Amino acid sequence: MKKQPQPGVFLERSSYRQRRLRDAGLLVPVLGIILWLVPLLWDKGDPQNGKSMAMLYIFGVWVLLILLTALIARLIRPSDDKPSKDEPA
Amino acid sequence: MLTFNILILVALGYVVLLFLVAFWAERRAAAGSVRWLQSPLIYTLSLSIYCTAWTFYGAVGYAARSGLEFVTIYLGPTLIMIGWWWVLRRLVRIGRSQRITSIADLISSRFGKSTQLGVIVTLISIIAATPYIALQLQSVTLSFAVFAEAGGSRWEPAELTAAAAWVAFGLAVFTILFGTRNLDSNERHHGIVMAIAVEAVVKLVALLAVGIFVVWGIAGGPAAMLDRIDTSSIPLWNQAGDRWVTLIFLSAAAFLCLPRMFQVLVVENADERHLRAASWAFPLYLFAMSLFVVPIAVIGLDLLPAGSNPDLFVLTVPLSENREGLAMLSFLGGFSSATSMVIVATIALATMVSNHIVVPIWLRMNNRERAVMSGDVRDVILLARRFSIAGILGLGFVYYRLSGGGAALAAIGLISFAGVVQVLPAMIGGIFWRGATRIGAGLGLATGLVIWLWTLYLPSFGTDAVISTTVMADGPFGVGWLRPRALFGIEGLDPLVHSVMWSILLNTFMFIVGSLTSFPKPLERLQGAQFVNALDQSTGARAWTTAAAGAEDLLVMAQRILGANEAQAIFQREVARQGKRGYLPDVTPQFIEGLERELSGSVGGATAHAMIGQLTGGSGILVEDLIAVADEAAQILEYSNQLEIKSAEQERTARALRDANDKLTALSIQKDAFLSQISHELRTPMTSIRSFSEILGDAQTSPDERERYAGIIHDEALRLTRLLDDLLDLSVLENGQVTLHQQTGRLDALLDRAVRAAGVRPDELDIVRQPGDEAVELTTDLDRLGQVFINLIANAQKYCDADKPRLKIAVSDRHDKLIIDFIDNGSGISTENQQVIFEKFARITDQSKAGGAGLGLAICREVMQRLGGQVSYLHGQYGTAFRVVVPNVTATALAET
Repeated sequence: MKKQPQPGVFLERSSYRQRRLRDAGLLVPVLGIILWLVPLLWDKGDPQNGKSMAMLYIFGVWVLLILLTALIARLIRPSDDKPSKDEPA
Repeated sequence: MLTFNILILVALGYVVLLFLVAFWAERRAAAGSVRWLQSPLIYTLSLSIYCTAWTFYGAVGYAARSGLEFVTIYLGPTLIMIGWWWVLRRLVRIGRSQRITSIADLISSRFGKSTQLGVIVTLISIIAATPYIALQLQSVTLSFAVFAEAGGSRWEPAELTAAAAWVAFGLAVFTILFGTRNLDSNERHHGIVMAIAVEAVVKLVALLAVGIFVVWGIAGGPAAMLDRIDTSSIPLWNQAGDRWVTLIFLSAAAFLCLPRMFQVLVVENADERHLRAASWAFPLYLFAMSLFVVPIAVIGLDLLPAGSNPDLFVLTVPLSENREGLAMLSFLGGFSSATSMVIVATIALATMVSNHIVVPIWLRMNNRERAVMSGDVRDVILLARRFSIAGILGLGFVYYRLSGGGAALAAIGLISFAGVVQVLPAMIGGIFWRGATRIGAGLGLATGLVIWLWTLYLPSFGTDAVISTTVMADGPFGVGWLRPRALFGIEGLDPLVHSVMWSILLNTFMFIVGSLTSFPKPLERLQGAQFVNALDQSTGARAWTTAAAGAEDLLVMAQRILGANEAQAIFQREVARQGKRGYLPDVTPQFIEGLERELSGSVGGATAHAMIGQLTGGSGILVEDLIAVADEAAQILEYSNQLEIKSAEQERTARALRDANDKLTALSIQKDAFLSQISHELRTPMTSIRSFSEILGDAQTSPDERERYAGIIHDEALRLTRLLDDLLDLSVLENGQVTLHQQTGRLDALLDRAVRAAGVRPDELDIVRQPGDEAVELTTDLDRLGQVFINLIANAQKYCDADKPRLKIAVSDRHDKLIIDFIDNGSGISTENQQVIFEKFARITDQSKAGGAGLGLAICREVMQRLGGQVSYLHGQYGTAFRVVVPNVTATALAET
């Protein structure tokens, strides 16, 4: 039985980088969820945790995520919108 | 001193400015220069309608009451935006390729362009939007009241209501003017988008200005601010985990499902790449909007007298510090937040109402007459939208009156969120899961809607307003497990968490169960494949395969929806594309499909499909189309199957060709051998004839010799003639041209004749016969059979090498066939020669002795085949033996004579 021609197993380096960037783009929100759930584990009895500390943490994570997303969005080439079949999405 | 009248004047001036901006943008768009209007920046700013008056005023109030919980409302959308690669990219792609006009259209189109689903989603959206719009009216009204109070007059409820009514009226006018000006086939509103982009900047600047004033102007820098936060009475982080998680989920889901967000995210999206920029820019906007919320709340609680409404700190803090300019800016920011949301939300809802409720009903009512007035559908749609906008704002106003305008802004907003997220399972399932069906989506949506209404929406009107206290406490009809705040008897949950959890869980459950147990219609499966594979395919399978509709009918219909000019332009483009002349293109399936897309951009997928369906006569999906899209795997399978079939076919052809080639080669070899044999056979007698005739020509030949030579020449000529006769005979037999003369005769007589004809002399060959067995009658071509007998007898005479040659002819009668054996007492034929004796020119012994060409047995075989019998060599007889089988003998043994 004959099959359709298979794409090569290995991609060239730049395409490989693009794929991993997409993976990273998919994982950023997961990272965000995890980091934003961390404060729930804090000891509520500790007065140090109650106030500005929590605010700084949450807003700090926010900045981090924005920077990561901006970096990835800048690096991803929009023209390479083709290989979507092997994406998990 | 800032008077109330100045405030009104500024507000009106601001509205006029917005009008001008929107008008200018429309003009620019009409002139064709949309590049600047469609930039990533404008796209990002237009997303800011997520930040409504709830954000502008309510977030501070929320923070003052519940600390950092307010931030969840912005964390959810942030997650969605930074995870744009998961869902948004897909949604935008689908929205663009399918010309989706609203979230109701998305759900309806995905599930087979179902009108019912469109209606359900529209209803959910309207019910959920009502409190949200009320919230905006309330916040604007309250902000007016604040200034009125600062001006020295305290507003009575009646004045508040009047203000709310005026705001609602003004918003309706603006939205109708710019939101329903045209019926764009892309459903884009450049003027409105531009206006809300300006408003986005105003509200951001206003909030940042108040925040900076609070941090640097009042608190004295960030470090001092942090100290004040730490010493403040606000329980900043005292967070219950279930609420934290639920609210992040809720806001993320609402960001996708809110009709107005879908409008700006998907429908107004002009370029997929804008999403890339917005993926980080919009979270940044949200971050900036949230940054100063806690400081403002903390300072507000410190500065203002206890009991002041924390929802209005953004206004009251600057006012209390006598910063009237800042307060004015802040007022404009809040005004912008409220108006931009209301405008987009009402447009989105009006689109849904007109496309999914009004037009289907109108079409059904007017189905008989088929009004053919150009643009009539378009007029109906525009009118429906205008009334819808007014109606939705009216509903919001009614909710505002009913709820008394007293509830906290955030609480109202969350009720609305919980309602719209009921669309989420159908939406996510629809774009990721091909198994999702219309039945499943309908069940899920209905379940979610009912639970949300019962557990959150209806109780929100207040105690005893809709649901009585006894029902709240004991459940309807005393059924305890149906209590609105404690479904299934699980008590103690936060009401919002309780409602969201149960509604989404049961909604999803019903959606999945319904999908698993139902069977989708063909169009549903087609649409499902297109939606789920939106990222992979650029060209989908056809929904229309028959072109039964006439081009003129289609033009008339398109004109009804789009108006004469635009419809004719579309048809002209198609005519040009087809390379034709005139006004009407050929109605190809592609054209119908494209036209349906164009129309669905205006009236929604379901309506467009229904209208085209009216003309073409039902949905034109063929089984082949379904097979083609049934499964991606099936497609590949089909492809490889085709390949396999093709290669098998080729293999068969090749094999047939090989066989034919082999046959031809064999025939060619046979022919060569035959020709060389023939020439050899012909040459031998010719040689002797030629040499003896030369000798005859010699004068010295004696008369004796002359006579002998003439005899030889005569013999050789006879032999030549015989050979040619045989060849002719064989050729006739082989070509099947022989005609048989059926005769009935006795076998013994036939054998007598054959023996005589063979010229056998008793001294040369002793023929032994069995007269008793020979006394049978048979019907066949007796002449031909006799020829076979003669041949066999003559052969025995020629080749039998015994001292006393003897031929025994044995006859046996076997019911349906007669067997005649010719057995001599010679040395027989060797095994290898037995194979070839029936071939042409096959001669075992020296040819001179035979005197024949070796065609005799070949002729015998042909004759017997024609007679339906056979002649074969008989083994094990101590001599040469042939058996002749004559079939189908009607003979009956005669009585012995």
